[in-house]
Amino acid sequence: MTTRIGRAALIGAALLSTTSIAASAQTREELMEQHRGGTLRLVASAAGGTIDPQINYTAQYWQVMQLVYDGLLTFKKAAGEEGGVVVPDLATEIPEPTNDGKTYVFQLRDGIKFSDGTDVGVDDVVASFQRIFKISGPTSGTFYNGIVGADACLASPADCTLEGGVVGDEAARTVTINLVAPDPEFLLKISVPHAVILPAETPATDAGVNPIPGTGPYYFESYNPNESLVMARNPNFQEWSQDAQPDGYVDRIEYGFGLTDEAQVTAVQNGQADWMFDQPPADRLNEIGTQYAEQVHVNPLTAFWYAPMNTNLPPFDDVRVRQAVNYAIDRAALVQVFGGPVLAQPVCQILPPGFPGHEDSCIYTQSPGTTWTAPDMDKARALVEESGTAGQDVTIVVEDTTVSRGVGTYLQSVLTDLGYNASVNAISSNIQFTYIQNTNNNVQISVSQWYQDYPAASNFLNVLLSCASFHPGSDASINIAGYCNEELDARMQAAMELAVTDPEAANAEWAKIDQAFMEEAPMAPLFTPKAIDFLSTRVGNYVFSNQYKWVMSEAWVQ
Amino acid sequence: MSLPSEPVLAPAAEPAAADPARPAEGRGPWRTAWRRLRRNRSAMISLAVLLAVVALTLLAPAYAGWLGIDPFRSNLAGTWMIDGQSVPVMEPSTTGLGLGVTPIGPTWDLGGYFLGADNQGRDVAARLLYGGRNSLVIAGAATVLCLMLATLLGLVAGYMGGVVDMILSRILDVLWAFPVYLLAISLSIVLLTSAFTIGPVTITAGSLLLPIGIIGVIYVPYVARPIRAQVLTLRQSEFVLAAIGLGLPTGRILRKDVLPNLLPTLIVFVPILLALAITTESALSYLSIGVQPPDASWGTIIQDGQTLLYSRPWVALAPGLAIVVTVLALNVLGDAVRDALDARGHGR
Repeated sequence: MTTRIGRAALIGAALLSTTSIAASAQTREELMEQHRGGTLRLVASAAGGTIDPQINYTAQYWQVMQLVYDGLLTFKKAAGEEGGVVVPDLATEIPEPTNDGKTYVFQLRDGIKFSDGTDVGVDDVVASFQRIFKISGPTSGTFYNGIVGADACLASPADCTLEGGVVGDEAARTVTINLVAPDPEFLLKISVPHAVILPAETPATDAGVNPIPGTGPYYFESYNPNESLVMARNPNFQEWSQDAQPDGYVDRIEYGFGLTDEAQVTAVQNGQADWMFDQPPADRLNEIGTQYAEQVHVNPLTAFWYAPMNTNLPPFDDVRVRQAVNYAIDRAALVQVFGGPVLAQPVCQILPPGFPGHEDSCIYTQSPGTTWTAPDMDKARALVEESGTAGQDVTIVVEDTTVSRGVGTYLQSVLTDLGYNASVNAISSNIQFTYIQNTNNNVQISVSQWYQDYPAASNFLNVLLSCASFHPGSDASINIAGYCNEELDARMQAAMELAVTDPEAANAEWAKIDQAFMEEAPMAPLFTPKAIDFLSTRVGNYVFSNQYKWVMSEAWVQ
Repeated sequence: MSLPSEPVLAPAAEPAAADPARPAEGRGPWRTAWRRLRRNRSAMISLAVLLAVVALTLLAPAYAGWLGIDPFRSNLAGTWMIDGQSVPVMEPSTTGLGLGVTPIGPTWDLGGYFLGADNQGRDVAARLLYGGRNSLVIAGAATVLCLMLATLLGLVAGYMGGVVDMILSRILDVLWAFPVYLLAISLSIVLLTSAFTIGPVTITAGSLLLPIGIIGVIYVPYVARPIRAQVLTLRQSEFVLAAIGLGLPTGRILRKDVLPNLLPTLIVFVPILLALAITTESALSYLSIGVQPPDASWGTIIQDGQTLLYSRPWVALAPGLAIVVTVLALNVLGDAVRDALDARGHGR
C-alpha cells in the first residue's frame, strides 16, 4: 500500500490496553440490544478521494470500505494478528485449489442482497472481476494479472471478458477462477477491497462521488469531498458471518472533513467528534497521553518508513555508500521525530516485526545482531572514504509534512557528517510519491513509507525491490531505488512458489532474502510506526485489526 | 491581498529645484529630505530598530560559534547543561502513556537555548538570527532586482511610447492581473522541483536565488507602472524637450535627465518593497516553497513552530514577532521617507 494510504494509517501507535473491551460475559445479541443505535462521528482534515472501492487505494477509505462492501473472501474482523486471517465472505467457504493450484471454485452464498435491494448473483461476481480491468484499477496489473485472460484485459481494458479466467455457473451458483500459474497469495489478493463484488450493471468508470450499492451493514448515503461522507444502515443487510461482516452497532456514521489536526484533537476532547483520522499533532501527544489516556489506543502497524537510495545515480550507485548511510543513521533519534519510543520502533530490515518472514536481524549497528543498538559512524566514514565519493552533492526529496521533513532534515545532517554536500527538497505530498519514483527526476535519495496491502512477505520485498517493479521514466515505478538483482528476483519467485506447498519454509527463505537485500542496502529502513486512535469517551468496544485498523462496525456509542 | 498605494511623488524636477528663498544655505534637495527625516522621531526609531535587526542577524555566525553549536544540524539525541544538570534536548514524555517528545524550552539564558529548541533539537535563537539574515538578504536582493527591472521597463515604456509602450504596458497589466501570492506560489512550485538553467547559470532547487527571483519579478508591475507614468510626464518637461531639441542621444537623456528625477520615487519604494518582500518570503517559506531546509528563514521557523504551538509557543512566536517588528519599522520608515522626499510637503 502506498504512502498516501499509509499516511492515513500513519497515525500510529501502541495501545496499552487491550484492543477489545467487549464484555465477554454478555452474548452478542445482548450487547447488540443494549448498545445498538446512535451516530458515530468521525473527522479528518481532508477526504480520501473517490469512493469507488475498486479504485480507491487509501488506508483512509479502505477502513470504511469494509463496512460497505464484501468480496468472495475477506480478512477476519478481529483484533490483532487474527485480523490478517482470510475468511469466507460472500463465498460459503474457502475453496481448496485444484488443477495444480491454478483453479479455485467459489460457492456463492444465497440470500444476500445489495443495498438497493437486488440479489447478489454469479453475474455480479464475474462482472466485478471484469470491472477491475475495465476501469484499469490500480492493482489490476499487480494483484490480478495472474488470472487467465488478464493479459488481454490489461492490453484492452474496455473489451475485458476474462474469458476462461472467471467463469460463472448460474445454476450451481459457483464462480470458477483459473490462474495462469499457482499463486499462494491469490486468496489474500481477492480479500482486499479492490476485489469486492458490485452490481453487474455498475458503470465501468470511476464512480467518483457517486455511491455504488454494496452488501455490508452500511451504505454510502451521501458524499461531498469538501464536507462529509455519510453512511447509513443498509436496510437489506442480514448478518451471515460475524467473522467476515458483523452487523454494526451504530445506526449512522458521519465522516466530516476540513478540520485541522489541532481542531480534531479539540473536537474529540470536547465530545464533538468520536474519532480523528489524522495523527494528533506532536504538541498535543503528551496532553492526550496524560489527560486522556483512557481514550487513547496505540497499536503496532505492519509498515515501515525508509529512505530509498537510487542505485543508478552517484553516490548511491556505490554499495559502500548505501551501507555507510545505513550504519550512520541513529534510528533512535528518528523515533523521536515520529513522537517517541511509544509510537515507533527502530528497524534496520525491510519486513516489519510480526510480519510473515520477519526474523529479527540487524547488520547495520554497533555489535550487529538481532536488534539495532546504535549507529556506527566510524565504519560509515570508513566506507565513504573507501568509496571516494565524499564532497558530492546529495539532495534528499521529502514530503511537505512535519514528519517527512523532520526525517529529511535529520538525514541531511547525517550525510553532511559523512562528508557530502547535502540539501533537502520538500515538495508537496500530492506529488512527492510519484516524483521520487520517476527516474527522469534523478532523485538520489528520498523518504517514503510502505504499509501492507495484505500479510505476505512478497507485498514488501517483491513489490518494493523486484526488477518487475522498476519502470524507468514512469511515475509508477515503486522500486524507487531502481535496484534490480536477477539472482534475488529468482529467489523471490522460488519463495512464492514454495509458499504453495510449504509456507513455513517459504517464510524462512523470505527472511534470508530480506537479509540479502539489506546487504546490498538499496534502502535504509528507519522505523516502524504505530497507529494511534484517539476516541471520545462515549465510544466503546474498540477492536483493532492489523489489516483494517479500527473496526468501526464493532464500536458502539451508547 | 491589498498593497500599499503606489507612492507617486511629484516630478522630481521639484525637489531638484532649489528653494529660491534660501539660496544662501546651499542646501540641496537630498540634504533637505534628510533633515526632514531626522526630525521625524518615528522614522528615527524605525531606522534604529532596522539597524539593530540587521546587526543582530549579522552576528548569527558569531553567536553560534560562541555557543559551539551548528543550528542547521539535527540534535535529536543531544543533551544540554542546565543548572549543572545534563538534560536531553528532546525529552520523551514520561507521564501517562508516554506519548510525544518535547523539545527543551526557553532557558532565557543567552548561553544556550535562549528561546528553546525546535523539533530537530536545534537552538531557536541561533536559527532566528540566521533565518533573519536569509530573510533580509532575500528581501534586499529581491528589492534591488525588482527596482532594476521596473525602472528599465518603466523608462523604456514611458520614454519610447507608441507600440513599445502599449506592448510593455499590457505585459505588466497581465502580470499584475494575477494575485501576487498565487503567482508566487505557482512559480515556486514549478521551479522548486528541479534545477533550471539560464544560459551559463544553473540554479539549483534549494538555492536562495529562486525566492529572490520570484519575489523580484512578481512586484515589477507594482513599481514599473508609476515609474512609467512619471517618465511620461518627464518626457514632456521642458528640459527633456530641450535636450531632445539639442539632438542629444536618447541614452544620455535617459541617464542624465530622466533617471535622476526618478530617484526619489525609487527610494520611497525601497522600504515598501522590502516589507512586501519579507512578508512574501515568509509566506512562501512557511508553505515550504521558499527557503529549503536545513536553511532557515523566519517563515520556515514559523512552520517548524507550528507543530509546537501548545508546548513550545516561542518557536513560532519569536520569528513572528521579528517579522512584525521589521515590517512595521519598514512601513513607518517608508512613510517618513515619502514625506521627506515629497516636495509638495512642507516638512515637519
